[in-house]
Amino acid sequence: MFKIVKREEMAEGTVILNEIEAPLIAKKAKPGQFVILKANEEGERIPLTMADTDPVKGTITIIYMVVGKSTAIFRDLKIGDCYQDVIGPLGKATHLEKVGKVICVGGGTGVAVLHPITRGLKEVGNDVTCIIGARNKGLLILEEQMKAASHDLRVCTDDGSYGHHGFVTDVLKEALQAGDINLVVAIGPVPMMKAVSNLTKEFNVPTLVSLNPIMVDGTGMCGGCRVTIGGETKFACVDGPEFDGHKVDYDELILRLRAYQEDEKKSHQAYCALHNAG
Amino acid sequence: MAATAEKNVKNPRQPMPEQDAKIRARNFLEVPTGYTMKMAQAEAARCLQCKKPACVTGCPVGVDIPGFIDLIAQGDMTGAIRNLWTKNALPAVCGRVCPQEVQCEGNCIVGKKGEPVAIGNLERFCADYEREHGTGELPPKAGPTGKKVAVVGSGPSGLTVAGDLITKGHDVTIFEAFHKPGGVLVYGIPEFRLPKAIVAQEVHFLERLGVDLQCNAVVGRTVSLDELFEQGYDAIYVGVGAGLPRFMNIPGENLVGILSANEYLTRANLMKAYKYPEVDTPIPIGKNVVVLGAGNVAMDSARTAMRLGAESVKIVYRRSRDEMPARKAEIHHAEEEGIELFLLTNPTKYLGNDKGRLTGMECLRMELGEPDASGRRRPVAVKGSEFEIACDLCIVAVGSGANPLLTSETPDMKLNKWGNVMADAKTGKTTKKGVWAGGDIVTGAATVILAMGAGRDAANSIDDYLTLGW
Repeated sequence: MFKIVKREEMAEGTVILNEIEAPLIAKKAKPGQFVILKANEEGERIPLTMADTDPVKGTITIIYMVVGKSTAIFRDLKIGDCYQDVIGPLGKATHLEKVGKVICVGGGTGVAVLHPITRGLKEVGNDVTCIIGARNKGLLILEEQMKAASHDLRVCTDDGSYGHHGFVTDVLKEALQAGDINLVVAIGPVPMMKAVSNLTKEFNVPTLVSLNPIMVDGTGMCGGCRVTIGGETKFACVDGPEFDGHKVDYDELILRLRAYQEDEKKSHQAYCALHNAG
Repeated sequence: MAATAEKNVKNPRQPMPEQDAKIRARNFLEVPTGYTMKMAQAEAARCLQCKKPACVTGCPVGVDIPGFIDLIAQGDMTGAIRNLWTKNALPAVCGRVCPQEVQCEGNCIVGKKGEPVAIGNLERFCADYEREHGTGELPPKAGPTGKKVAVVGSGPSGLTVAGDLITKGHDVTIFEAFHKPGGVLVYGIPEFRLPKAIVAQEVHFLERLGVDLQCNAVVGRTVSLDELFEQGYDAIYVGVGAGLPRFMNIPGENLVGILSANEYLTRANLMKAYKYPEVDTPIPIGKNVVVLGAGNVAMDSARTAMRLGAESVKIVYRRSRDEMPARKAEIHHAEEEGIELFLLTNPTKYLGNDKGRLTGMECLRMELGEPDASGRRRPVAVKGSEFEIACDLCIVAVGSGANPLLTSETPDMKLNKWGNVMADAKTGKTTKKGVWAGGDIVTGAATVILAMGAGRDAANSIDDYLTLGW
């Protein structure tokens, strides 16, 4: 059993932070790696990339958006409650090296995944600019933390309620036009990563993205998480989750993420009806 | 003692009672319902009690077959299960899933003239009887040796190693990557062939003997082999299974609706998705299902799809019936349940719609040519024989390779060119000191009982090492 020692609600209650006791994972985990969590006996195995780890306290932190039944069950766990199963660390760690000027672009809960990577890139000596975005000011997460993890932080909102009025790609484009960017890391919704990759390709800037396909075991055993990278099939759980953004077949990924859409909608509605909550 | 040989041989083999095919094709209850005591004793009386039993030579773990059968005939069920346990820690499993027709029963002398003694059914009966009516008394265990053994993987070979070494007095900890123990017995073999409560019981038996079980422990990620040695383990057994699904590598394979058998069966069995929405893990429900491959895993996938409500389920296989690798009984059960065999048929590409979902596949008819390296006649495409099969779900069951998760983190443990761990054929010793390996990670995908045989050999060698040295 894996106890929740800290819980926070962010982004108007749509995004939840859990700090969980998992000493073995906390000791081993590196930025970019993920865990699989299962709330209870009947629960689904849900992969989430870690937002932070504390090897001394023996805890890991996950930040997730409530999108379906499984994440609604996660949301309803309180401090002191336990996840029945947490497995990890899984996937390859981000390759952190000094390349020069780096731009980290985050959208939605992708910002949570981007945070330890940004910090790591800064720690190895890169000049790191961060661009984070959300639909509106209320949905923005980790602004202070991202400011601390980078040298320069730019914020965008789709509705203009805070920061730049528009998409992260607008701000990114200006930065790319200014020149000599050595690496872009983009983590967020698939359409955002696709738009960022299309843009950076024009400027010929290497781009890293972190993918979140549907998976079951997370150890390379089921192949449910297969993604096409440069025309080749890869398993995101063991070959990724990070890939060269210019080689990812995003359209296929978007279709594959919809595989259980109908089931997900129905079970979430049934859960909400039962628990009388959003 | 049993009655005279002559008379017994002429008795017909006791048929295994089964659920009716039409009913069972739509439920997940176990297909064979098991012998009664009367049936078991009648069947036990058919055994000739050969002085040099050929059946035993056909058993990878050397079960004393005439011995336990004689105890059933005498009505000594406690004696019978204890006899089995001395050679086999998982009799309830083996009685159900071993390919007896090519092992013990294939060698049975009674079978030369008529039908062989139903050794598998009797083994199953003993284990089930113990579970339902037994005393629960544990077999004897040697005094503690103070040595610690780590077993990586809780599938059939790992459980065998754990069972053997705990009774020899060593401290045993099993590390399992999944959240539940049992390996392929839990994620792979379906409920209707091997009820999960039975696997849980067999694992619990080992825990009662003192085996420590650590789930959610991905060795190679959560902890490495070298770290296990640092933690004080004296020996490690690696039995992580095959665990890397093969695909066809033909166009369209990433359409929604195409799953590896590993994924499909893991959802159905480990995650119990056949109970969805009672449980939270969904599973795709196909109307017209195609299963590629013709081994036991393919049969399990096809029969699962049928139980989940498919209108049609087709096994598509490029060779002919004679080459199908599945157990005869599984093929027979599948056909009884309405699964169609599309033999000498090879898919060349998947077809999909604009939503990226599978709608069918293009296939070629094959014919058998000259024998290939495997000794089987090679299937050759018939020119111009292209045709389409409509389907909305395809399960790819064409075998598994070696999963590199652990081995890639352990460079001093040598692999062969297919990525399987190189281990001594007799002892299971790897090239890394203090590490043994066995089961599918060494041999490539094989059977439960062969993995258990490898576990038995390794356990003996580990015991020698712990008492005598490398």
